[in-house]
Amino acid sequence: MLIHTRELVKVYRMGDSEIRALDRVSVDIDKGEFVAVMGPSGSGKSTFMNVLGCLDRPTSGEYALEGRKISQLAGDQLAGVRNRSIGFVFQQFNLLPRTPALENVELPLVYAGLAKKQRQEKAKAMLERVGLGERAHHHPAQLSGGQQQRVAIARALVTEPLLILADEPTGALDSRTSLEIMALLQELNRQGMTVVLVTHEPDIARFARRMLAFRDGRVVQDET
Amino acid sequence: MKLGALLRIALRALAVNKLRSALTMLGIVIGVGAVIVMIAVGAGAQARVEEQIRALGSNLLLVMPGSTTAGGVRLGFGSGSTLTEDDVAAVNREIPEALAAPALRGTAQVIWSNSNWSTQIFGVTPEYLDVRQWALASGRVFEPAEMAAAAKVCLIGATVARQLFGAADPLDQSIRIKRVPFTVIGVLDVKGQSLMGTDQDDLVLVPIKTARSRVLGTASAARNRTVGTIWVKVADGIDTKVVEEQVRSLLRQRHRIQPGADDDFSLRNLAEVMAAQEASSRVLALLLAAVASVSLLVGGIGIMNIMLVSVTERTREIGLRMAVGARTRDILGQFLVEAVTLSLIGGLAGVGLGVAASVVIAELAGWRIVLSPEAVALAVAFAFVIGVFFGFYPARKAARLNPVEALRFE
Repeated sequence: MLIHTRELVKVYRMGDSEIRALDRVSVDIDKGEFVAVMGPSGSGKSTFMNVLGCLDRPTSGEYALEGRKISQLAGDQLAGVRNRSIGFVFQQFNLLPRTPALENVELPLVYAGLAKKQRQEKAKAMLERVGLGERAHHHPAQLSGGQQQRVAIARALVTEPLLILADEPTGALDSRTSLEIMALLQELNRQGMTVVLVTHEPDIARFARRMLAFRDGRVVQDET
Repeated sequence: MKLGALLRIALRALAVNKLRSALTMLGIVIGVGAVIVMIAVGAGAQARVEEQIRALGSNLLLVMPGSTTAGGVRLGFGSGSTLTEDDVAAVNREIPEALAAPALRGTAQVIWSNSNWSTQIFGVTPEYLDVRQWALASGRVFEPAEMAAAAKVCLIGATVARQLFGAADPLDQSIRIKRVPFTVIGVLDVKGQSLMGTDQDDLVLVPIKTARSRVLGTASAARNRTVGTIWVKVADGIDTKVVEEQVRSLLRQRHRIQPGADDDFSLRNLAEVMAAQEASSRVLALLLAAVASVSLLVGGIGIMNIMLVSVTERTREIGLRMAVGARTRDILGQFLVEAVTLSLIGGLAGVGLGVAASVVIAELAGWRIVLSPEAVALAVAFAFVIGVFFGFYPARKAARLNPVEALRFE
């Protein structure tokens, strides 16, 4: 069991009212799965992703990543988990501007404390894996949207994480490029990588092998 | 994260907004430049005072006649004529640690050939040159026979030599002081300006007896053998204050002053006068340093302001860095190094500006400046501390961002 959540609750306070973004969510995800998380905006899917990605702590409930209880870790320990175990892919790519692709991919390894030579070797190999070996020294502004997202995927993969969390990875791309990116994620999953994908587009969700539907903070549908 | 890596990130971030970075640094540049100039000028003034004290001798006492009252009107110090050559002789006889030399001062027109010049005439003894530590550029001092005979010989200062003789050699020439012919037997070495800005080379020295009888004197002055001032040099290694008291009690005794009554002379310790002036120049330097601190403070606030803007602008970048594993101290370090880099580059530019400005001031205003490595180190250290102090709050703000909100920030 890679991801194990029990009775996850996340409550936001907005002035006087309370918003239950997650309401007793219990989900297990195995190693090697490809899961699409769906739901309308405000359904709690993003909060669920943030908790899985150790960016946010649940108000109550239990979350264990590969048997390690995450809900009790402090801020800098969570940063360590994010660094070693989780690869993020964002809708807006979130690459550092005016920074070559290679250095963008190196970034997680910088925080892991790797020496420059090792960082560059790993980042280079990862760029080749996503088909951008030739563009290592291009800046984000010199790359197309699809290429930028590939750099971001290489950055997510470079620490050899336990899972990839992709939050609307095709939201900023045209449909043809979207298919290419999904094909890449599918290929990674075939090679054994666990992928959790947030999307509201059914066409994109079809690439996954399991679908979790959220509504009002609860999982209302879980089908394979 | 290593410092070198943080420095590269900082330089890259600052290079993105070159103009903004440069303008932000300006406050620090001006502040540090001001610190450098102030310290250079202050240290220069202090060095000049110290040099004057050395030139004048820190072991000099000056005795001037006391005030006199004429018909209820009290005149200032030096208006009376209570000091005599006998007082000088008594000091030299009774106090072995002291060397006293009298001087009688007046103003006269001196004439050589067809040029003339108004200058100060001092009636002195040969000891006067020892006491004032004045040296001769050429010629010789008065001989005892000339002193006794009130010979018409004189020593002239460099300014007088230049004004009267131009390029000609003044030695053995005859000049007229108040129509009395004098032979120039020596020219004094150049001493430059005094602390008060008067020209110390604009004078003529004659034997005191000659001055009294031929140039300045009145009949009564000649009878009483009065002198204008007495300079007393205290021997090396002797406490000036002790000798000052010895001279005071000796003169009081000689003038028959009752215990409790005021002195009929004024006795001043020149080292104390100089020290007071030195202290005032130090106060000036401190004041100027305070002005510089204000500009540094303003520069620091500018850095804080721009760093806060930078943190806001780069909120998504901060969120991303956190997502890929940056810890609190990584983000804190990144923005702190950026602020310090900003202030240090400004500081170094300020050192350049300050040194250049000091040199220009020295050239234009003719002030003495002293540039010390300590002052430069101090100014750069200031810049560093300001970077840390004013960079800390924005950096902590960045480090405390919530990664979820930072990533979502538009």
